[in-house]
Amino acid sequence: MRKISLIKIRENLKAKVLEISGGRILQHKMMSMGIYPGREITKLSHFALRGPVAVRVGRSVLALGHGVAAKIIVEIE
Amino acid sequence: MIEKIFLLGNPNVGKSVVFSRLTGVHVISSNYPGTTVEVSKGYLTIGEEKIEVIDLPGTYSLEPTSKAEEVVVSLLKEYPKDKSVVINILDATNLERNLFLTLQLIEEGFSVIVCLNMCDDAMHRGVHIDVEELEKLLGVPVISTCAVTGVGIKLLKERIKEAHPNPKNKLTHEARWQEIGKVVETVQRLTHRHHTLREILEDASLKPLSGILISCVIVYVSFKIVRFLGELLINKIFDPLFLDIYQPVLERLSITLGQKGFIHHLLIGELINGKIDFKQSLGILTTAPYIEFAMVLPYVVSFYLILSLLEDIGYLPRLAILLDNLLHRLGLHGYAIIPVLLGFGCNVPGILSTRVLESKRERFIASTLISIGVPCVPLQAMIFGLLGSFGGFYVGGVYLVLFSVVIIIGFILNRLLPGYSPELLIEIPPYRFPPLLILAKKLYFRIKGFLMEAVPIVLLGVAAINILLYYRLFNFVTGVFAPLVQGLFGLPKEAVVALVIGFLRKDVAVGMLAPLGLSAKQLFIAATLLAISFPCIATFVVLLKELGLKYFINAVLVMIAVSIVVGSMLNFVILR
Repeated sequence: MRKISLIKIRENLKAKVLEISGGRILQHKMMSMGIYPGREITKLSHFALRGPVAVRVGRSVLALGHGVAAKIIVEIE
Repeated sequence: MIEKIFLLGNPNVGKSVVFSRLTGVHVISSNYPGTTVEVSKGYLTIGEEKIEVIDLPGTYSLEPTSKAEEVVVSLLKEYPKDKSVVINILDATNLERNLFLTLQLIEEGFSVIVCLNMCDDAMHRGVHIDVEELEKLLGVPVISTCAVTGVGIKLLKERIKEAHPNPKNKLTHEARWQEIGKVVETVQRLTHRHHTLREILEDASLKPLSGILISCVIVYVSFKIVRFLGELLINKIFDPLFLDIYQPVLERLSITLGQKGFIHHLLIGELINGKIDFKQSLGILTTAPYIEFAMVLPYVVSFYLILSLLEDIGYLPRLAILLDNLLHRLGLHGYAIIPVLLGFGCNVPGILSTRVLESKRERFIASTLISIGVPCVPLQAMIFGLLGSFGGFYVGGVYLVLFSVVIIIGFILNRLLPGYSPELLIEIPPYRFPPLLILAKKLYFRIKGFLMEAVPIVLLGVAAINILLYYRLFNFVTGVFAPLVQGLFGLPKEAVVALVIGFLRKDVAVGMLAPLGLSAKQLFIAATLLAISFPCIATFVVLLKELGLKYFINAVLVMIAVSIVVGSMLNFVILR
């Protein structure tokens, strides 16, 4: 088990959300869109030069700006 | 007694389609989150009662995080709960995420009826939901529907009266997700299926390499089709109609009127070499209808056909992820591409849809950039019409200048404005294929909207110009601005009239440049200036309403500065 930011993991990897290390509003917005501690997410793609990250959460796909993705701390095997 | 019905749900679950089905009022719907940014109202008759139905922008929860969501929550909360029903619309393919709002609504004590939409799509994707079990677990009526085809709408209407408050203990967010997990576990069954071509394409458009490749192909093909269809309509339908059928009638009228005098000047305009020239005569019956119907309308049709198709398939949000990086440097995030693309049709809906952006700062930057650097279809059609004969170099040049201006201004605004802009955080919808009837209807309403807006203004505008020209009342204005326009931009002083008229409508303004006999360089500068200087009056009004006076004045100052700098640079430095 390793604690790591979402931007640091490889594409197509599954990970479990540990925490969202952002402000209350961000945590709240993520929460209502389905990203919350304990949730399993899959990283789909990552664009170069501090670009956005796409993740699959349940049955939906979310696009996250680099700064937001960096704040999602996940746990991988 | 129910007085109001609110349609509420996550973004992009088909609220607007359900709204149209319930009330018969047409509202634009598309396959991307944030299509609806305004509140629409309509009426539904149940038995003897006529109840107001309100279509709201989408929201993920009852605690707002954007302007659109704020509007929703305040509207919902200020109305007495015992007199309203909330139809909570859910995307059946994504039950889990949608239930978060549902549980919140039930907890808050609203009279909720759940409309499980997109059931056909759920079936295709191997998602089976036990509706009766879900109804039992939630304690509110649940109806499965497919709004685009109308399945289930009748049942939904019949059961609206069954909605009743069923308040529960308020849960923490974590506890609510646990609760949802249990519900989904019980009611949803997934049948495993192999990846379909659609899913492979969905994923490919999100990866850097394949995504950029796909976007290049789509943008190129779209552009080609818009041009091809537009030219086809002009050459095969509108030009023959005007030149072969309409012109002989007008020629006779012109002779009847004695080929001169005030009435002739007003209706027919000037004769060019003794004949009516639709592009140059500038009369209410000649140039005005020709500009709108034979030069602009064909491109409005072809542009909105392609835009509507891309909207409904669900491609547009994928551009957001590809462009996030670039737009971030301009103080925006990727989703700003949606208002920009709408702005290419008409700046008004473009600026309205900046409400999908979270902060005031972003909305100021996006609105300013759209009104400066995004030319609407009428303006583009006229640029093609005027500059096309000088070669693609000039037309392409205008676009290049506009693009550079947007990048530079965005970059500067991002540096100068205090604060920072929020990050991209949006849902990418799956591809969907809209029934052709729905697509045709949307196209029809957009074209109708264009005609209703444009035709009266163009007719009145041309009439006003003709009267002012006839009595030489423009001399004062041209006199005041002549030094600026002649000295800095290298344009004849008559061009001032066109630039001023551009405030009314862009297409009329470009039409006024045609009779001046400008050189290619002058036309290039004038066309560019028309694009980047003030937007048309309709855009102005929306801009003021959306930004508020203070930001509006700032936007106007930016426009004036940019026009002067770009106009004189083009004149003195770039085109010599």
